[in-house]
Amino acid sequence: MSAFVGKYADELIKTAKYIATPGRGILAADESTETIGKRFAGINVENIESNRQAYRELLFTSPGSYPCLSGVILFEETLYQKTSDGKPFVDLLMENGVIPGIKVDKGLVDLAGTNGETITQGLDSLGARCQDYYKAGARFAKWRAFFKIGATEPSVLSIQEDAKVLARYAIICQENGLVPIVEPEVLTGGSHDIKKCAAVTETVLAAVFKALNDHHVLLEGTLLKPNMVTPGSDSPKVAPEVIAEYTVTALCRTVPPAIPGIVFLSGVQREEQATLNLNAMNKLDVLKPWTLTFSFGGALQQSALKAWAGKTENVAKAQAKFLTRCKANSDATLGKYTGWASGDSAASESLVVIGYRY
Amino acid sequence: MSCFTTKFADELIANAAYIGTPGKGILAADESTGTIGKRLASINVENVESNRRALRELLFTTPGALPCLSGVILFEETLYQKSSNGTPFVDMLKSAGVLPGIKVDKGTVELAGTNAETTTQGLDGLGDRCKKYYEAGARFAKWRAVLKIGQNEPSELAIHENAYGLARYAVICQENGLVPIVEPEILVDGSHDIHKCAAVTERVLAACYKALSDHHVLLEGTLLKPNMVTPGSESAKVAPEVIAEHTVRALQRTVPAAVPAIVFLSGGQSEEEATRNLNAMNKLKTKKPWSLSFSFGRALQQSTLKTWGGKEENVKKAQEAFLVRCKANSEATLGTYKGDAKLGEGAAESLHVKDYKY
Repeated sequence: MSAFVGKYADELIKTAKYIATPGRGILAADESTETIGKRFAGINVENIESNRQAYRELLFTSPGSYPCLSGVILFEETLYQKTSDGKPFVDLLMENGVIPGIKVDKGLVDLAGTNGETITQGLDSLGARCQDYYKAGARFAKWRAFFKIGATEPSVLSIQEDAKVLARYAIICQENGLVPIVEPEVLTGGSHDIKKCAAVTETVLAAVFKALNDHHVLLEGTLLKPNMVTPGSDSPKVAPEVIAEYTVTALCRTVPPAIPGIVFLSGVQREEQATLNLNAMNKLDVLKPWTLTFSFGGALQQSALKAWAGKTENVAKAQAKFLTRCKANSDATLGKYTGWASGDSAASESLVVIGYRY
Repeated sequence: MSCFTTKFADELIANAAYIGTPGKGILAADESTGTIGKRLASINVENVESNRRALRELLFTTPGALPCLSGVILFEETLYQKSSNGTPFVDMLKSAGVLPGIKVDKGTVELAGTNAETTTQGLDGLGDRCKKYYEAGARFAKWRAVLKIGQNEPSELAIHENAYGLARYAVICQENGLVPIVEPEILVDGSHDIHKCAAVTERVLAACYKALSDHHVLLEGTLLKPNMVTPGSESAKVAPEVIAEHTVRALQRTVPAAVPAIVFLSGGQSEEEATRNLNAMNKLKTKKPWSLSFSFGRALQQSTLKTWGGKEENVKKAQEAFLVRCKANSEATLGTYKGDAKLGEGAAESLHVKDYKY
């Protein structure tokens, strides 16, 4: 095969398939210390380790949420943290059928000579780091590349370089037993229409899969985390069915069937919006050779975070909010979501942050 | 979309989907005058227009054969020929629900500085030629790129040139209403094993789909005509199930679901071999978002040709032989072929010609 088949091949294939189980999805809880700090600032909570630990414990011990989740992406600090009873988070998750994952990129740097385009760094010693993460219990990883839409963006350079670096990250993960989630996010910022987003998404994904092939990545042991195809944030909104149609068409044109699952990012979408869009995709009567599920950060946590506000007495309330979003999204992966969770206040708040960087 | 917009879009999509109808496939009857001359020579028939016309009439008027076919690829001369009662071949085919197709490439030329690798020519004036073919009744086209496996082959240059030539041909066809069959044939010649063939096939197909994306080709309005993944001609044979597994996996790793159908070339396989392999693929229980069918030349005509021998009195028997292969392959597209086709003379003979050139 053109794919690299190392000692972890069978495990990678099994893990990737499990993460893509219909009815389950991923909680992206991998906010860096800096980013979680911004979130905490929004609810007047101090950004110290004990609060970060308490918040994640709130999420990971939410009763009833486990059957909705197949994985959780963690930031490095969290990978080594424990519950207040002293149980490592990774053990708690694994015992409950939720696979721990780890964010491995080291953020963005500017691509000189471009109009504010970026490249993701983190390849140095990545192999050794992956080995450590595997030992600590991680079984999948995540790396995020950004593409912006503008008059001359994304440039050929940014597509080429980010795709290459995603591929290099992916193969290094597979060499060390971690299923790589490949995340080429096309940002929503802008006044372009949905057709423009579709064109850019297709071009980016085609380049990503060519790069994965060049680097001998085993697609059966890989997951894709793309943006949904939507109008720009400054453009009029469209119905979930329209988003579903454009998104699934873009994926059918670029994602080989060997990929077991596509786990969407929510980006700046409101909780309810993200769920409705995912649901519409799963209802679409079109042949889809990969499962379509979620890898949501803000769109799973926004209401829970607000409800918690850093207070122990709010934990149960916050967990209930979290569970609501978990169940709604679980339904959406099966195309069965009826809109029952739309009543929640924070669910309708947009999560737009202009110029958003992790 | 990243694909270009054309007034022919709906028609291209409908025709491509039709060609992939389960139970049907393509008869590749596009042998150039030179090539058909070799075939006729092998049965001691003079290579004159009337004989070429008679052979094609024999095939197209075989009772019961046309329902097994969704398309026939023709050489330019044949596109303008008529049956003995004056009906143009294209009309005959169309009224029987068979789409006429046209070979548009102008053969291969060597790539200087390589080890006898080639690229395909035919782009000059291709748009105008396609327009004329469309007017004459053609609705799809074919262009054959050829790659070989060797110590250092296929080279990056050969892959790139052939992939981009195919992509340019494809979009020109679509601009003019013809569904392009994209044919990147990797020759079976050599002593390599099936794994090598799989690796090369995956690499070549990945390059093709990147090129098609770069050239804004509408995948839903294209077809793929690849080689099956097999051991080299000088290597030990393997079972149809093994060929099926490696072939379908290679396709899963590279061919987007937007492509409606994959119509295999038979290369040097015997009639019976080609049918059995296609059948095994359609029996395989795995993800296949495209239909798997045939576009056979020699593997549909060999025993027919031998039985005919150029003689009027043999036409009926020759047509019976042709019908046997049509029905067998029709069943193979459904995975229901039982291997009980009455083998015509030469049906089990290898049709391999070393370093085959049209």
